[in-house]
Parts: sequence; structure tokens; C-alpha cells
Amino acid sequence: MSTAVTTVKPVMPAKHYLNDNYGIRSWLLTKDHKRIAVLYLVSITFFFFLGGIFAALIRLELLTPQGDLFQSDTYNKLFTMHGVNMIFFFLIPSVPAVLGNFILPIMLGAKDLAFPKINLMSWYIFIIAALFSLAALVSGGVDTGWTFYTPLSTGYVRTNVIVMAVGILIAGFSSIFTGLNFIVTVHRMRAPGMTWGRLPLFVWANYAASLIMILGTPVIAITLILVALERGFHIGIFDPKLGGDPVLFQHMFWFYSHPAVYIMILPGMGVISEVVTCFSRKRVFGYSFIAFSSVAIAVFGFVVWAHHMFVAGISQYSAMVFSLLSFAVAIPSAVKVFNWTATMYKGSVTLETPMLYALAFIGLFTIGGLTGLFLAALGMDVHIHDTYFVVAHFHYVMVGGMVTAYIGGLHFWWPKMTGRMYPEAPAKLAALITFIGFNLTFFPQFILGYLGMPRRYHSYPEEFQVLNVLSSAGASVLAVGFLLPLIYFLWSLKYGEVAGDNPWNATGLEWTTTSPPPTHNFHEVPVVTEEPYAYGEEEGSGVH
Amino acid sequence: MVKRRDLVSTNQTTTTEHHPALAHHFDNMEQQQGASTFGMWVFMLTEIMMFGGLFAAYLIYRLKYYDAFKAGSTSISVSWGFANTLVLIASSLTMALAVWAAQRGDRKKQVTFLILTMILGAVFLGVKAKEYKDKWEECHIPGHVIGKGFNTWGGCDVNNPKLGNIADEMRDPKEHGDPSIPEVSAIQTAKQTEIFFSFYFAMTGLHAFHMVIGLGLLTWLTLRARSGEFGPAYYTPVELGGLYWHFVDIVWIYLFPLLYLISRHQHHG
Repeated sequence: MSTAVTTVKPVMPAKHYLNDNYGIRSWLLTKDHKRIAVLYLVSITFFFFLGGIFAALIRLELLTPQGDLFQSDTYNKLFTMHGVNMIFFFLIPSVPAVLGNFILPIMLGAKDLAFPKINLMSWYIFIIAALFSLAALVSGGVDTGWTFYTPLSTGYVRTNVIVMAVGILIAGFSSIFTGLNFIVTVHRMRAPGMTWGRLPLFVWANYAASLIMILGTPVIAITLILVALERGFHIGIFDPKLGGDPVLFQHMFWFYSHPAVYIMILPGMGVISEVVTCFSRKRVFGYSFIAFSSVAIAVFGFVVWAHHMFVAGISQYSAMVFSLLSFAVAIPSAVKVFNWTATMYKGSVTLETPMLYALAFIGLFTIGGLTGLFLAALGMDVHIHDTYFVVAHFHYVMVGGMVTAYIGGLHFWWPKMTGRMYPEAPAKLAALITFIGFNLTFFPQFILGYLGMPRRYHSYPEEFQVLNVLSSAGASVLAVGFLLPLIYFLWSLKYGEVAGDNPWNATGLEWTTTSPPPTHNFHEVPVVTEEPYAYGEEEGSGVH
Repeated sequence: MVKRRDLVSTNQTTTTEHHPALAHHFDNMEQQQGASTFGMWVFMLTEIMMFGGLFAAYLIYRLKYYDAFKAGSTSISVSWGFANTLVLIASSLTMALAVWAAQRGDRKKQVTFLILTMILGAVFLGVKAKEYKDKWEECHIPGHVIGKGFNTWGGCDVNNPKLGNIADEMRDPKEHGDPSIPEVSAIQTAKQTEIFFSFYFAMTGLHAFHMVIGLGLLTWLTLRARSGEFGPAYYTPVELGGLYWHFVDIVWIYLFPLLYLISRHQHHG
């Protein structure tokens, strides 16, 4: 094993996965999980900024109380396309398909995921799905909201719901195959000594998210098939005019789409566990609690879906049960937050960029999670459902949580993926700008929602303007925070300092191999002899 | 818990013979087979969830509109459904025999049993097509578009001699709804029966789609079996293809009673 000593300037390894092969074919036909991760990275970056453009247009419209920039129809399409792009084509694949794909097999000491061809196939399926979604976009967009509620979606709107539903259905299979691959890999491909109790917490988190992917996604698939059939052939399962029941659609939709938010947040929590531990230079506090809280979130996540339907006419008693269970999800989430905090306590905390993002995550996720409890409370929900309070809550968890974790994780593993460091000063600046911009965008929305501003309208009463202007101003700051990393990451590919094997002095198998890793990840099959996160005793030597 | 793994460089392996089907990232055939089989079971779990969503929706409506579901069920042919059930069970047997032949490396038997399985699968789909055609002629296609409406309320010819017994059922106010308002209850039952047929086509259609995929898989397996790829050391693809085929059969074993056998005795007793 080669050990990079900090006094010697690290050099790039002669042979690694990026220069193993050249040409477009070597990328498009690759079965290397690391290259597939890069393919995903490029694709979802596109969708992130596309979804961002829609968000920018929404915020531009909401600068003034009158609906003056867009017709309400156009506005409906904007928020639908924003939601669909961000959820199905960015958030769900973000950490699992990019960071997970790249790091998870290396963390286990495996040469690849269990099914490399299926892994590549999942990317192609994702691209086909993306083409359907773009086809729906250029042929006029879809205006139902990302939730596709029936009978609006099946009987009333005139936009391309079927094309979009097929796109999301196909994207679901990409997600199923990623989840399946992760589960089999974790079970069957661990290196000698890598017991379940030694799995990095990032692996536990992705494993839990994979469980949701394989169990939840098929249900949205069948639901969207029924929506498409109903729209195409009027089969009437969800349309009350034809004897069907729209509330059944909501049950089936949220049976997936609520757990789906845990598909989105769990892998992000995994990133935070790695980053917080590394930059606190301490063993993680409560390893097994963090590991099992991931699984607990996955399990609880499946039995809380009807909290989206408190005002949809479900029975009071089931609403009470779902409310109670929704409060229960807060327990494993809080377990994580407390354990991260306890890990930092008395640690040698340093504030490198990934750590800044991790700290932002802990604060913003806590706000997002606690406001979720407001919404889980039956009486409160009647008042604030379908208002900007929900929008703010969701974005605190998804942007303040997941996007922050994803960008933080990207910084953390960027030297591993490319062999080069990003520039630290602009990166810290970008983290700060993102944090300020994010809070300026979304905190006013809590107040707006509490005051009663409904979501999904392109105009609003004049007394809401000040807060909306603040929010739109924040969105432009946030955009700068997101564009900066794009610029300096690209810059670092050529001009970044050579990182060396282990620039963070971190533990974990991924830091024992070269940066970038060779095609088969390790020159020798690693053997794990220590507990995970053995920080403190011997610097950065969890493995021999 | 931990798979044994020898400490050798990535280009070598300690197994005495390196099987050509061993992928580079596995240490040995056992690990590869274990991973593939486990992956197939996980995949079938996703299939169960997918059909499960449909079954759950079916059950809800069956409880809600029981009379209409009963009426719809009596209009489809038990004999054809039963015959198809037998065909599928037979195809599961030939599939199992194909796996057995692959394990013994008997090339000829593998190919024979795989082709037999495909023939039985094709027979099943043929019967299914015939049943769909009957429904088409009886105006039992749900929706206003492809079936030109359902029974009496969408412009379909009520006097069609082939029209099933649902129309009679609907005209019989003793059994369905309030006799004082026979038309209203007839229209409601018609709508509810239409939902039964929506499920009938969605569930059997999704099942038939899986059969078509299965036939594709079997064709691929037959070609590989013919070139003698499978033997005692390596038969995982046949085994997993078999798992898939049995799974699709089992789905039908549930579909048959759910769709064809709702309270039959009350009508034929």
C-alpha cells in the first residue's frame, strides 16, 4: 500500500480509471461503476440546472403580486417541470447514483458492483426516461403539479401527462436497478473483515435507501400505468365520474412518494456521517444507533404516507394513526442529529468546505424536520396545508438537507474521483453564499405560509410582497452559490492541486487506494482489521 | 458472514480452472452464483410490490362493488381460464425439467424442454388473445374510446347476440339495487362492472406482458443452451430464468380465482 506523506508532494498515479481507456465508446459502453458514476454526475448536473431555471422563473413571477410575467397555465407548467426535474431526475439519483455508485463498492473493498451491466443499463434507462421527460417539456409541458392528482391529470388537463408519466415510470426502473445492485453488493461483495458492524455509515444509509427503492418504486410504477391507462382509455379506476376513487390514487401515489423523500434524504445523511466524523477527528458517537436509525427511517417511512391526505377526506381515526406514526419518524431522525452533534463534541473540529456543508445540513435539516412535525399535527395541518409553509418545509429538507449533503459530499470525494483538489477559498465562499441564499429564499416562505399564502398560484395579495421579494432575492444569491462550484470544479480538473491518496487523513477503504482509483479499485484485495472511524489512535490508518 | 477471498493480485485466481463465465469482479463461481440468485430474488420482491399495488386496488373495489364484480366475473369463461391454468402449470414443469437438464449438462434435453416451455407459454397467450377477442365482441371493453363505450350507455349494440349476461343481470332489478329506480341502478352497476373489466384487462395485461418478456428470455436461454454453455459448473441463467417463469405462473395462480371465480356457485348451483 502506498502511503502519501504530506511533506512529499503527491503525484498522480500513472494508471487509473480515467486514463485506462480513451474515446467516447470507452465511456458509453463502460461497466466500471466509477465511470458510470461520472456519467450520472454529468446527466444530473444538467437536470439540476434545468430545474433551477424553472425555479428562477417561478421566483421571477412572484416578485410582484400581479400575475404579470406568465399566464397561470404557464406558471402551472413551470412548477410542475421544476418539481418533476428536481425530484425524479436530480434528487433521487443524486447521492446514490453518483457518490454511491462511485464510493460504495470501494468502501466495501469490492472491485465493482455486483451487476456492472445492470448498472450501465440503469444509466441508459435513466437517459431514456429523461428523453421522455424532455419530450413532454418541449411539446408543451405538463401542468398537473408533480403529484399528478386524479381526476385532474386523467380527465381535465390537456397537456402531455402520458408522456411524462411514462418518463417517470421508466426513471423508476433505473432507480430500482441501482437499489437492487447496492443491496446485493452489500450482502455479497464485502472484503474480508468487512463485517456488517464495520460497514461505513454511508453504506448503511444507502442500503436503507435501496430498500425503499426496491419496495416503493414498483408501486409508483403501477400507479402511473393506471393513470396513463385511465387517461388514454378512460378505464375509470381513479375517476369518480366513471365510478372510481381519486383518494385511492392519493394512497397509491404517496405510498411511494412519501418513502421517496427518504430515498432522497437517507443517502445525504450517510454523507454527513462520514464528513462530520472525519473533520471532528473522533470516532463516530453511537455507530450502531446511526446505522439502525437509517433502517428505522426506511421502515417507519412506509407507514406514514397518509399524512399528505389529512384534508382529502380520509377517516379521522386513520388520520390519527398516521399522525402518530409521522411523529415517530422524528425519533430516528433526531437520533442521527444528536449523534452527529455528540461526535463533534470535544473533537478537533476543522472547518474545511465539506464540513461547512455538513454543519449547514445539521442546522437546516433540523429546521426542516421540526417544521414537519407542525404538518404532522392534525389541527395545525388543516391551517397550513397547501400553503408556502409546506413549500418551505420541503425545501429545508430537500435543498437545505439533501442538496447541501450532495454538494458537501461532492467536495469531500472530489479529490478521490478526479485526483485533484478543488480550490479551498472559493469553495468556502460558495458554501457561505449557499447558506445565506438558501435561508433568505426559504425562511420568508414559512411566514408567508403561516399567514396563509397558498402555493401554486402566480398572483397573491399585495401584503405578501415584501416577503416574496426577499425570497426572490435569496434565490438569486442561492443561484450564485450553486454556479460557483460548477466553475471551480471544472477549473480544478486541470489546474487543481494533486490530491494524493488521502488528502483528508480519513479512515475508510476508499482512502487507502490511489486517487483516482485504478479500474479495479485496489491493487491488492484489502483486509479490514479494525472498527470503522478509528480516528484518534493512529492517524488515518483504519486499514493495514 | 464474510465471503472468503484469497489474497492474490487482481489478475490471478486460485481456483484451479477459471470458468469462462466468471466475471472479473467476482472471486469464484460460488460468489457469482450467490450474487445472481440473491439479485433475482430481490428483483422478484419488486415484482411482488408492483403486482401488489394492483391487487390492493382490486381488493378495495371488489369489497366496494361486490355485486358488479360478481356479474363481471360470471361473464368470463371459466373453462378457458382453467385450461390456461393447466397450461401454465405444465409449462412450470417443463421449465423445472429444463433447469434439471442444464444442471446435468444434457444439451438436447435442455433445448427440448425450453422449447416446450415456450410453446406452452405461446398457447397461454393465444388463449388469452381469444378471451380478449370475446370480450371485445361482447362489448366488455372498458372506456369510451377503444370499446365505443360500455354496454347500454356508450352506444354499443345491446342487441348483439353475443352480448354476455351482464345486460340481463342489469335488467333484473330484483338482484341489483332499488327496483323502483331500475335504470339508475343499472347504469351504476354498468359503471362498476366496467371497473371490474378495467382490472381484468390491467391485471391480465400486465401478466401477459410478463409472459412476453419471459418468452424473450427463454429464446435467449435456448440459443445459449444450444451452444452448450450450461453444465454442472454453470447453469445460473437457466435457473434464474426458471425462477422468473415460475413467478409469473404464480401470479396467474392468484389471478385466476380473483378474476374468474368470484362466487361462481351462486350462479350455476
